[in-house]
Amino acid sequence: MKQFITYISAAVLFSAATSCQRDDVLIDIVQTQVTEPVMTDVFGFYLLNEGNMGSNKASIDYFDATTGIYNRNIYAARNPEVVMNLGDVGNNIMIYGNKMYAVINCSHKVEVLTPDSARRVAQIDIPNCRYALGHDGNLYVSSYVGMAQIDPTAPRGAVFKVDTASLTVTGSVEVGYQPEEMTIIGNRLYVANSGGYHVPDYDNTVSVIDLRTFTVADVMTIEQSANFHRMDRDSHGRLWLSSRGDYYGNINSDLLVIDPESKQVIKEMGIPVSDMWADGDMLYTISTEWSYVTGQNTVTFAKIDMAAMQVIDRNIIKDGTEKSITLPYCIAVDPVTKDFYVCDAKSYVVSGTIYCFNRDGILQWKQTTGQIPASIAFYGKTENIIKHYDNGNE
Amino acid sequence: MKHPKCGALVVALMLVTNVFAQTAADGGNGSGEEFLDSIMSIGEVEVVANKRPEIIRPQTLAGADLQRLNSHSVADALRHFSGVQLKDYGGIGGIKTVNIRSMGTNHVGVFYNGIQLGNAQNGQVDLGRYSLDNIEAISLYNGQRSRIFQSAKDFSSSSAIYIYTRRPHFTDGKDYQLSVQMRTGSFGLANPSVVWNQRLTDKISMSANAEYTYANGRYKFRYTRKQLNGDIAYDTTATRQNGDVEALRTELGLYGYLPRGKWNLNGYFYTSQRGIPGAIVNNVFRRGERQWDKSAFGQGAFEKQFSDLYSLKVSGKFAWDYSRYLRDDPKELYLNNHYYQKEAYLSVANLFNITDWWSASAAADLQWNTMDADLADFAYPTRWTQLAAIATAINYKRISLQASLLCTFIQESTRSRKLYTASPNKHELSPAVFLNYRPTGDDIFEIYGFFKKIFRMPTFNDLYYTEIGNANLEPEYTYQYDIGFSFSRPLGHKFFDFVSLKADAYYNTVKNKIIAYPTGKQFRWTMINLGRVRIAGLEVAGDVAAHVGKVGMKLRTQYTFQRARDYTDPGDTFYGDQIPYIPRHSLSVSYNASWLGWDFSYSFIYTGERYNEQENNRYNYEPPWYTHDMSLSKDFKIGAVQLRIAGELNNVLNQAYEVIHNYPMPGRNFRLTAKLTI
Repeated sequence: MKQFITYISAAVLFSAATSCQRDDVLIDIVQTQVTEPVMTDVFGFYLLNEGNMGSNKASIDYFDATTGIYNRNIYAARNPEVVMNLGDVGNNIMIYGNKMYAVINCSHKVEVLTPDSARRVAQIDIPNCRYALGHDGNLYVSSYVGMAQIDPTAPRGAVFKVDTASLTVTGSVEVGYQPEEMTIIGNRLYVANSGGYHVPDYDNTVSVIDLRTFTVADVMTIEQSANFHRMDRDSHGRLWLSSRGDYYGNINSDLLVIDPESKQVIKEMGIPVSDMWADGDMLYTISTEWSYVTGQNTVTFAKIDMAAMQVIDRNIIKDGTEKSITLPYCIAVDPVTKDFYVCDAKSYVVSGTIYCFNRDGILQWKQTTGQIPASIAFYGKTENIIKHYDNGNE
Repeated sequence: MKHPKCGALVVALMLVTNVFAQTAADGGNGSGEEFLDSIMSIGEVEVVANKRPEIIRPQTLAGADLQRLNSHSVADALRHFSGVQLKDYGGIGGIKTVNIRSMGTNHVGVFYNGIQLGNAQNGQVDLGRYSLDNIEAISLYNGQRSRIFQSAKDFSSSSAIYIYTRRPHFTDGKDYQLSVQMRTGSFGLANPSVVWNQRLTDKISMSANAEYTYANGRYKFRYTRKQLNGDIAYDTTATRQNGDVEALRTELGLYGYLPRGKWNLNGYFYTSQRGIPGAIVNNVFRRGERQWDKSAFGQGAFEKQFSDLYSLKVSGKFAWDYSRYLRDDPKELYLNNHYYQKEAYLSVANLFNITDWWSASAAADLQWNTMDADLADFAYPTRWTQLAAIATAINYKRISLQASLLCTFIQESTRSRKLYTASPNKHELSPAVFLNYRPTGDDIFEIYGFFKKIFRMPTFNDLYYTEIGNANLEPEYTYQYDIGFSFSRPLGHKFFDFVSLKADAYYNTVKNKIIAYPTGKQFRWTMINLGRVRIAGLEVAGDVAAHVGKVGMKLRTQYTFQRARDYTDPGDTFYGDQIPYIPRHSLSVSYNASWLGWDFSYSFIYTGERYNEQENNRYNYEPPWYTHDMSLSKDFKIGAVQLRIAGELNNVLNQAYEVIHNYPMPGRNFRLTAKLTI
């Protein structure tokens, strides 16, 4: 019996020893040669992957155009000392000036990184932050919740102002409910309010902030639509605003062109938009619409001439690749080569895929990304691509 | 599943600890408690062959064995069973649910004193809320409880956990029994409880029970990562916040005996408030979410054998549940939602003993569920369920066979402001067959198997949750095939008293699995019937009881192997991958030694590597975890007063681990218990 007990104990100890909880080692960068090197003023791009909420799986990929190598999951290896990695739900990444900013929504912070190596410079705590925009040495960050709330049970959103030299928050101003993207025309910052958490009473306003005083100068109410998300401007000083719709068919997802002076909708484009990217006056859009009738998502890709306010192409992918894209989540256009990138978030809970198409809409390469590829920032010779960012894009 | 541990319990108790055996015998005679019936029947081998109600015995933890475990709740105790995966969000207040044989939490029926605990909202029962304080036995049945004299509901889930509270039994001619217990320990725990049993008449007794739990829920946890070169990347220790819990549970039971029958009436009330600690992510170590729960139910059962031919069992229940969820965190959007559920249930079961080897039964159940919530555009669903079950049992010489057929009819209605149509009416036929063959003609060696097809209804959340629900969902089906054997016998050896071994091999499929499907919408998901999972598993469990002089010893081990793979769509990147949170290997070992009122226990629980999402890649990898727990207790008898003092040390090696991704579990923690019984 003693022998038996000894044997069992030994077996237990053995199993305990061999099955020891593994030391958790940081996950290294995975490199894949996806294409031939191309030398232009754009060196490559960073892709921020959201990661599912609560999973802390936000990650950054980097495509190095100069080598044709796709680097997956670079943040952890470049910043091993950051506790719990990049964070939870990466919403927006952009480069402004000599720094890169990654807006990490559910980690309530903006991660400030070096644009050449994605090493941490600083962390700026901003609650529930969504999108960032740079202008005149300041970074403006939209947030779902402001600092002091009049009604904490229905908190209004805010725009935070960050001094990009000291990397500190220098002010904030309360806007509408659940503000999303912003754009700047002249001295005015326009913020798209969604009210996405006030179903069915979505917000249908655009807040206008005077940047000289950093106060709300005006509120534009758009009667025929609500639940705004994407925002940009064109060379004629017009606002381009997307609505997510209300999913019930009372308000359709749409793209609106607005004259900021008269505050009138000049045109309803009649095209659903879930993400868009302005390259000069050429706007690339993607959308996904769920139908309970068919039990399927309908996917749309389009190209719009913003100057003429005309949809010029509703089928920008020409080689049939669009059929394998199940849930396009993000679109971006290389400012130099005009190659465009479409990210597929698939089922949200698996690794995404990025597709690279040339300007003719033919697939060049594709690669597996992190979970929910959401936002792209091109990196290159600043003077040549700055135009793009200063144009008020993400 | 046949469970030799019952046998182990009885034999070991009788041989090793006279006192406990006596208690069990008292319980068996006096209370007629269902699990004790089956335990006692094992000792009487001749009777068993024809009269045993369950042809595949469950896994059971009961009496002293149950009390010895370092377990606070029913959920903790279930870790010692084969085929069980516990989902534990950590701490005393954290949600704990179980998944049996990888078919999903919603397929587990939990029965409290014989009647199912319902949750039409999400179909899951938080087993962390059921403390072991007044629990006499927990049994786990794969397939269903394989007896035929039971309500139709007992046939209606893929696997079932039966929780039995103590029925009063009186010793030494006393008419009352009073026990007072106090527990304290880590996490700021204060946990007093009192049980008062009183004999009211010859045939009627009463049991009253109250338990209060408070814990601040704070514990240290640690995250470490290494760089690729082996250097420390970071090593951080923090305190779990917002995991406090305060709960009060009261129960009152009346138990009566009739000639060839019995009845009981039970009332249950539970109220709690707790913090929801939430996931630990970068830059977020504290969250501001809280939950309040109130739960009340009354239930009763009446059972009588009217003749040798005919027996009747009637049971019923009314339950009311309230839950409030508050998110009041300055960084998040404010949420304050209230949910109300009501359930009414009535069952009539009839048994016909046609011959001494053949019996048949018919049962009919009626259930009503409704739910209210102050959500925008809520559907306010109501569900009517009618269940009818017919079953037959044959116990002929070495063969026992049971076959049952369950018919379920479901109708739903909604009263919504717009756009919610009720889920269409449903009717389902669910067969099951259980077989047991005893080649040697006794209970020492048995070969058994079962087949069962059953479904689970989509929950109210699946069907109607604002923006996410899909009223057109079909039920989710499981098909189970199981074959196994058991060997158990008393040994009468110089050292060895008892040995048992059992093994099961099984194959399950889950069809029409209800999964969240992505849409382009802001809230992203809708529910659809898409998933398909195939599960192949192997379970082995062994028990040994032995003694050296006056030291009695027991060793229990169980090992589970599971391959649960997603076969939804060959185009998926995770096609053929192990489904989330199912380890291939899991194992537990528990050892117990007792000597003159002293009792020492040690247990080791191991869960192998898993993945926290569908893709089995390194980004989703969850390392194995295991814990070592120990306890020591001493029973004293001072005059008429029995005193028990116990100390427990859990996670002895203070290992950092997670059961659920980003929900750190407590490190080393302790608990002290003092219990006085008069």
